Formats: sequence, C-alpha cells, structure tokens
Amino acid sequence: MVDALTSAFPCLLWWVPLLPFLAAGVIAFLPDARGKLASKIAIGALGGSVVLALLALICALSPDYRLATSVAWFTFGDTVLEVGLLLDPMSGGMAAMVSFVAFWIFIFSLGYMADEKRFGRFFGFLSLFCGAMLMVVLSNSLLLLFMAWELVGLASYLLIGFYFEKPSAAKAAQKAFITTRVGDVAFLLGLIWLYRETGTQLFYDGGSGLLESGALATLAGTTTVCGLAVSAAASLLLLIGAMGKSGQVPLHVWLPDAMEGPTPVSALIHAATMVAAGVFLVARTHPVFSAAAVDGMSVPLTAAAWIGGITALYAALVAVAQSDIKRILAYSTVSQLGFMMVALGTGGVGAAMFHLIAHAFFKALLFLSAGSVIHGCHHEQDIRKMGGLQKAMPKTFLSYAVGMMALSGFPFVFSGFWSKEAIFHSAMGWPGGYGPFLLAATAALLTAFYMTRQALLVFRGNARSKDAEHAHESPAVMTLPLQVLAVGAVLLAVVGTPAWPWFEKWMENEHAHFHIEGFWAHGGIGLVVLSLALVSVGVGVAWNLYKQAPTDSEAPDKLEGMLGGVWGFLRNAMFFDALYDRCVIAPLNFLAGAVDALERMVMVPMMGCFESALKWFGRCTGLSDEEGINKGFDGICGGMKSCGASASKAQKGRPQGYLRSIGVGAAALLVLYFWLVG
Amino acid sequence: MLLLSLLLLPLIGAMVLALRPGLGGKFAAAWSVLPLAVIGLIIGSSHGGAAAEWSLDWMPDAGIELAFRADGTSLLFLFLTAVVTLFSIHSSLRFGIGDRVYFALVLVMQSMLFGVFTATSFIPFFLCWEMTLIPSYLLVRLWGSAKAPKAALRFFVVTLSGGVCMLLGFLALQLTVGTMDFVELGKLAAGREIAGAMGKALGGVSGTMALTIVAGMVFLGLAVKVPVVPFHAWLPDAYAEAPTPVTMLLTGLLSKMGVYGLVRVFLPVFPEVLPAMAPWLGGLAVATVVLGALAALAQKDLKRILAYSSVNHLGYCVMAVAAVGASTADREAVSSAVSGAILQAFNHGVIVCALFYGVAVLEQKSGGLRGLNDFGGLRAKMPVFCGLFGLALFASIGLPGLSGFVGEFLIFNGVFGLQPWAASVALVGLLLTAIFLLRIIRLVFCGPLKDAVSKYEDIGKHDRWIVVPVVAMIVVFGVWPQFLLHFMNGDTVRLLDLLCPIP
Repeated sequence: MVDALTSAFPCLLWWVPLLPFLAAGVIAFLPDARGKLASKIAIGALGGSVVLALLALICALSPDYRLATSVAWFTFGDTVLEVGLLLDPMSGGMAAMVSFVAFWIFIFSLGYMADEKRFGRFFGFLSLFCGAMLMVVLSNSLLLLFMAWELVGLASYLLIGFYFEKPSAAKAAQKAFITTRVGDVAFLLGLIWLYRETGTQLFYDGGSGLLESGALATLAGTTTVCGLAVSAAASLLLLIGAMGKSGQVPLHVWLPDAMEGPTPVSALIHAATMVAAGVFLVARTHPVFSAAAVDGMSVPLTAAAWIGGITALYAALVAVAQSDIKRILAYSTVSQLGFMMVALGTGGVGAAMFHLIAHAFFKALLFLSAGSVIHGCHHEQDIRKMGGLQKAMPKTFLSYAVGMMALSGFPFVFSGFWSKEAIFHSAMGWPGGYGPFLLAATAALLTAFYMTRQALLVFRGNARSKDAEHAHESPAVMTLPLQVLAVGAVLLAVVGTPAWPWFEKWMENEHAHFHIEGFWAHGGIGLVVLSLALVSVGVGVAWNLYKQAPTDSEAPDKLEGMLGGVWGFLRNAMFFDALYDRCVIAPLNFLAGAVDALERMVMVPMMGCFESALKWFGRCTGLSDEEGINKGFDGICGGMKSCGASASKAQKGRPQGYLRSIGVGAAALLVLYFWLVG
Repeated sequence: MLLLSLLLLPLIGAMVLALRPGLGGKFAAAWSVLPLAVIGLIIGSSHGGAAAEWSLDWMPDAGIELAFRADGTSLLFLFLTAVVTLFSIHSSLRFGIGDRVYFALVLVMQSMLFGVFTATSFIPFFLCWEMTLIPSYLLVRLWGSAKAPKAALRFFVVTLSGGVCMLLGFLALQLTVGTMDFVELGKLAAGREIAGAMGKALGGVSGTMALTIVAGMVFLGLAVKVPVVPFHAWLPDAYAEAPTPVTMLLTGLLSKMGVYGLVRVFLPVFPEVLPAMAPWLGGLAVATVVLGALAALAQKDLKRILAYSSVNHLGYCVMAVAAVGASTADREAVSSAVSGAILQAFNHGVIVCALFYGVAVLEQKSGGLRGLNDFGGLRAKMPVFCGLFGLALFASIGLPGLSGFVGEFLIFNGVFGLQPWAASVALVGLLLTAIFLLRIIRLVFCGPLKDAVSKYEDIGKHDRWIVVPVVAMIVVFGVWPQFLLHFMNGDTVRLLDLLCPIP
C-alpha cells in the first residue's frame, strides 16, 4: 500500500494544502448570509486534508522515507526556479498534527462562533490559515516555505483583527504582522544568501539540495563577516525569522496581544499553526544550523539555546502575575516555545518536535477549554471573577485538568512530561554548559506553579461574579473536540518515553528499539526525579497559596503582598511594550518626521530655486532669440513650439517661456549637429 | 504595419475626438480597447525575437531614422500602457472627470508612450519621451485641484530639464561615436569601444571621463522620471494635486518610462563606466527606497502616502540597475535583477491602478476628503470595497501569492549577489512599507464606525466591473509570474549576452 501511495503522492500531496486554500477562495465569494454553507465547505475541505495527511503519515512512518518533488515555477535568464513538496517523517508528522488539531478547532468553532454575524468569513480565514501552515510544513523549497510563512502571517493578521470594530484588535493584528515581519525580513535575507551561495533553495534534490552534503560543505567552508561560516551567518538570519514567528524574546511582544482574536483562533495560533512554524523552520533547516558545528556546537545553535532558555524563564515569570485566563495561556505558549528552542539549540531535534506536537495537542485543548469557560461565563476572561466552575462545567473541567497536567508535566501518563524529559535530556548533555538547562528547569517549576494557580482560581472555591454563578456547560459540539484532544494529549505519551523513544528517533530518521532500561540508563532516572521534584514544588506552593480561594474579585492576589514591586514588574511583562514605544516607535516616528521636514524645507525649496534659475535663463535666451537667431526651425523644434503654442492657448501660462527657451536650446544644438555632420 | 497601426491608433482616436464635438469619454473608453486587440494580434503573429517592427527613413541625409521595434519586453510595457490607459479612462468616466479634450489628451499620451516603449534609436525615443510631457502637464494643470497649476509647472520644468540633459548626452555620443541607435551603441559598448572612440574624437580629453559625464546626464534624465532621490521633489505635489485617474497615468506609466530607459538603454550602452558609477547609483537607489518609505510614514493624506510609496517601490528597480552596473560577474544574479526590475515595474503599474481607484472611490464618497483620519470602520459598511482595496494593499506590501512579491524577490536576490550592502540596507524599506500600508487598513477600514462614514454604501456593479479585472491580474500574475517572464526572457538572455557573455 505504501508503494501505491508513494507513486500517487507527487500529485496527491499538493492537495493537502490546496484543499483548504481552495475552500478559502470559494468562501471569499460567498455572501455573509451563507455562513452555514461556508463552514461546511471549510470543514469538508479540511476533512479531505486530514485524510490525505493521514495517508501521507502512513507512508512516512518508516524513518528513512523521503519523497521530494519539484516543479518549475518560473524562469529568469538561464535559471529555472523550482518549488516542490517534501514528505518525510518530519513533514508527515507535522501535516497530520496540523490538519487533525485544526479540524477539531474548526468543529469547536461551529459552536463557539454560532452567534457571529460574519460566521462564514471566519471559516474562510481559518481555511487560509490551515492551508498556508500545511504548505509550510510540506514545502521542499525554502522559497515556498517563506511564501507560505508570509501567508500564515496574513491569515493570523486577519484573524487576530477579526473583531475589527475594536481598535485594540486592529492594533494587535498590526502589531503581530509587523513584529513578525521584522523576523520575516531577516528570514528573506537568509534565504537569499543561502540561495546565492549554493544555487538552490530546494531542500532535497537528488544530492544537490540545500540540506544535502554538497551544499552543506560549501556553506560550512565559506567564511564571511566576523569569521562566521556562511552557514552560521545565514542560519542566524533564519533564527531571527523563527524568533519572530515563534514569539522568542525580544520579538515575543505580539503573541500575548494576539488573544484579541476569537478564542478558537488563539487555539490555532498557539497550537497547530503560526508559532509552530518558527520551531519547525529551525528543525527543518537544522542541517544548515549545524553545518559548521564543532562538537555539536555552532554559533546559531548556541544562540538558539540561550534565547530559548531566556524566553522560557521570562514568559513563565510573567505568566505568574497575570489574571486573564487567555493571557496566562499565551505566556505559557511563549515559555514552551522557549523549551523547544532549547532543545533545538542543544541538538535535540527529535525532542523539540516531540514537544511541539505534544504541546499542540494540550495547548489546543487548554485554549479550547478556556474558550468553553469564557463561553460559559458570558465572555468573562478574568480569573479573579471566576471560581467554582468545577460543578457547573464538569466536562470542561476534566479536559482542562488533563491539559493543565500535561502542560505542567505531571508524571508518567501525560505526553508533556516525557517531551519535557527529552528536552532536559538534550540540554543536560549539551557541551556548552548548563545555562539553558537551568533556565528551562526553573521555568518548568514556575509552569507547574502558575497552571495550578490558574486552575484553582477558575474551578475551585465559590463563584466571585454574577457571570460565574450563572455559568453553564457548553454544547456537545464544543466539548467533543475537547475530549478528542485530551485523549491525544495522553496517548502521545506512549510513543516518546525513554524506554521506547520512537517518536524522537523517527523525527531524526532513525529506528527506535524498546529497552526497558531506557528509563534509568544514561542518567534518565536522575532527570525523572528532578522533574518530579520540580512539579511537586510548583504544584505544592501554588496549592498552599491558593487553596483558600479569595472571597471576592477585588481581593489582591496572595503573591502581590509577598512580591511587592516585583509583582507590578511581572504583571506588565517587564515593560517590554513601553520599552519598544520609547526606543523603537518614537525614534521611528521622529525619523519619519525629520525626513518629511527635510522634504518640505530643503528638497522642495531646492526645486524652487532651480525653477527660478531656469526662469532667468529662459528670459535671457528668449531675448537673444528675439534679437539674434533665425526663427524658422524645422524638425523637433517645430514640434516643440507648436506644443508650446497649444499649451499657452490652454492657459495663458508661463511655461511657454520655459518651453520656448528649452526648445530653442535644443534646436540650437540640433543646428550645431547638422552643421557638424552635414 | 501592426506596430504602426498601434502607434497611430490612439492618435486617430484623439483626432476624431477633437473634430467631433458630440463625442466624449464613452468613445475614448471604447476606442482604447482597440490597442489591446492590436497587441493581441502582435503577440499572435510573433515567432520569437522581435514581434513587430516599423521604420521610416525620416531624414536620410542626417541619418535619422524613425525606427520602432516591439520585442518581448516592449510588449509587456505596451500591454501595461494599454491596460492602465483603459483603466484610467474608465475611472475618469466613472468619477465624472474630464471632457472631450481631456480624453483626447489621454489618447495622445498613450500613443507617445507606445512610441517610447518601442523606439530603437534615440531620436524617436526622445521625441515620444518629451511629447508625453505635454498632455500630462495639461491634464494635471487643467483638471487638477486648485493647487495643481504650481505642481504641474514644477513637474513640467523639472522633467523637461531632465530630458534636455539626456538629449545633450546622446548628442555627445552622436558627435563622437557617430550613432544614436541603441542596438549599435549596445554592440559597441559590449566591445568596450565607446570610451575609446570618445577619447579619440575629443582628442586629449579622457574618453572614460567624457563617457562618465554622458552617462551621468542620461541617468539624470531617466532618474527624474522614475524618480530617484534627490530629483523627486516634484512628485508628491504632482501626484496629490492631479485628478486621481491622471495620477494613475503618472505613476502607472510615466514613471515606468524611467525604469524602461534604465534597463533597456542605460544598462546596455554604458557598461564601460558603470562599475565606477555604481556605488553612487546604488547609494541613490537605497536612499530612494529608505527615504521614500520614511516620508510615506509621515504623511496623513492617502494620495501622498501612495505617492511616496511609489517612490519607494520604484527605488527597488533603480537598485537592481545600479547593482547590475556594479558587477556583472554573477550571470544568474544579473538575470535575476534585470527580470525583477521589469517585473516590479509592470506589477507596480497594475497595483497602483487598483490603489488609486480605491482612493478615488473614497474621495467621491467623502466629497474630496482623503485623510488617514477622515474615515474609520469602513469594513462594516463596505466589505467588498475593503476586501479589494486590502488585497491591492497587501500586493503592494509584497505578500507572496500576489504580484508584488516575485519582482521584489528577484530584485533582492539579484542585488544581494552583486551589491550585497545595498540589498541589506534596503530591507528596511520592506519593513517600513508594511508599517505605513497596514496603518491605512487600521485607520480607514477598522475601528469603530465613524458618523461621517455611516451612510456610505458599498461599491456597486459598475465599480466592480472596473476593478475586478485589475485585481484578478494582481492574483494571476502573483501565482503565475511565468506568464510575464516568458515574454521577456529572450530579451533578458540577449542583454545578459551583451553584459556578461558566457566565456
């Protein structure tokens, strides 16, 4: 069967991203009144993608499977630019995850967005989002990946700003697009650099692709600025691109604001699409990142490890002091993406991909559960005004609990635990030191803390507002996706334990074997114990602090008193937004104003001077024309004069003077020329 | 003969308009479909290489020939001219701008543009070049806003002076080298013979020096038209004060004359002195890109934002030309830069049509207002309009899948291989473009619905018939750039063989 599919896939594979694209195109032409039809088209098309992606996954289950296609897109000069798709374990696994998770988010949206006037439009944007993301993961060409990457940015822009009437939503959308564009511009430069240096932007091309040995040797062997190899310099640029998309410090500022979009969009952005793209890019181009590596370390990888560690800790710290249910989850996403970067930087591509996919499941689960909570509480998002929802929303509570435990790394049965173990393992073994590992470990402790805090405040105690008192469970169309994702978040644990790290090995194109001693060999047991300790401390402290739920929504947070000024610092996300306002936006506006002033005060007056000078010159030549030179000109001169005449008839204007003078000048030259030549 | 009929068709139309008082815009609108048909015939009858030629021995004694020749690249620009003129005439009709004389002038301008884009030697090129100026001057002056006369005059004076510089430069070539034919000059230049010939003719003066001066003058003439900083100060006023359909002609077509001249005349004729000039040209181009974008960021008037945005976008084309001037060592990069410049020029012409149409619709609804803050929440009232206008804005930002992207990618790809510093600095422009264009979407389309706009109605069938074909072109050429590239690739390869022959 695999053979039959393989022979069909060069064509079939294109349909995985194309189906949602086509759905988006069709929906664009539907009027708002046909929202129901639009949602059916979108879900039908994505359902088709899910089936195809699962078929592709079956093919790609063998670790050394690789199907690389390419077609000519356009020709410039003697060069044919090719793009194509790639099916290997990494893209097969990602495509299956993206389409599957997105599918359940679509179903959830049927319920969540039911009252929305522009229901159909919403599904159109969602389809565009999924199509673009599927193109990112399946691309066999860095250029095609970049293009799809930009379309992911467009779709997120449209969806974050979906409630366009709200200025805050419009601002958040613009912020997301522009912040990620900073990264995109660097990505484009890196892409072009690699293309110019190797002559190809296909990943695999029968030996001459970018990720194959020949090109990698060229890249590693050429030295450029600061003594970096080209591979390292270009990888750093790609890394900046990934930092923008995946919300790494300091380009993370857009991600928390992105929750201005409807909650299913947040689930999509934070789980399956968008932020996953950055991590995927680094994982996909990892051979370039490590082309010039010595001892498993290269400049871009070290940068990734440190940036990841800092991001993980930073976002976990900030999440501790938030009280908006979605904002906490948003910062937890930033933090988890930091974990993935740590894994990538320390060489654990499989670990990063495992965490990426496990995270996609439980983060989608968490966001959708949060959506269900918000829906049940009549669009209240402040956890200080919730409480006691355990009884009112039992199904949502259960699924939320699964997501929360997976994210916090509750031991043994949750995928999040093992994927985090894999990352710790990778970071521990890194020859560059323990820095990223320590940062990530601290972040893991904080993760357990803030997730427990959030769960307790939302579900335990008494309702602290009218909305929470009247909370109701969401309809089945919303709870079913939760249950499916919850099962996924648990089941994934089976394929990634140290005893049988099938998933990680599969992603790195290797075979895995079952060894029960994997649990304790290679220091594994020490890490497990450490993880257990971190989670217990985090959960325990939070439990102690928040088991006595506050009585009313105005009561200050327990931590607020203990932390003092630090609390405000964390609550405002360490003032990154204010910093950017002062240090980037204000200077930019000043510069723009300065250029505008230069225009008005120097450039335009300069033109004025030139005009006056010409006027004077025109008078002089006009005079000499009257006095001296014969008036009978032919050829060009005649043409110009008649034009001048018509111009002067039209408006009694002064240009006649200039026209004549310049015509005279030109004619004089022509006469000179005829005289010389003839 | 096909080419001759193409050149004359709009002139005949203009003459008919001039002679028959009963006719008006409707006639012009119908008539301006004909050039498209003729271009279709030319494409249909071509077999590679030059598709159509026509020449006339005008002044045999002086060796002046009026020679016109349409090859693939020319065809692209002819097609652009036909499409933009058609679109502009339809928008004038739609917004009730202009009378019989107006449409006649537009047709005259179209004819002259056809001439510019097909001329093979300097005399016809220059004649047509200067003759586009007169109708455009009158169109801005007579149908523009109250401030238009001053802006029109400045536009006229500055671009005419540029033209005179170019004329002087080519006269110098004629006097020293003995020809003004682009093809012959190109061949001489490929053999690196021009500087020598100049030196010999001038006796004692360094030929390279003289040729550099000539190249500088020719560049000046072309740069004013594009325009390149610092010769751009005429542009914002002219674009803003002209009636919007005329702005489409100015930015969609007149500025393309500059780019066309740079790629098709400047590059092949002056390769001997270009490497020395290239750092300066590259600096000017990058300044155009960055300063254009920064200036756009400071504007509050939609038309001025788009005017500076045009400066920024065409700056990329100049950057490509400067980079090819700097080095021709990497043949693939050269072909990328050249193809990108032409593609960018073409697609920019199409995109700005849609953008300025959007502004014209807003102006009409608001009674002439077009400030960033005069609107708000339009998406609630005019979803179709916002969708189409938004698509054009994203095309201008360079979103992949729309036509703006491929040209910019090819330009950056080429420039990075030839003049890496220019490409790296100009990336700032890409970032700023997104900022000032997205701000339009945020302030005009989004936010709470303002009272002033709460009575607006979405664009009707008439508008859609005009805009949708243009927007469709934006999408189709974005997904399928090969359609445009296959026309010009033969010419690109010929240019490559002149500039950087395969050893």
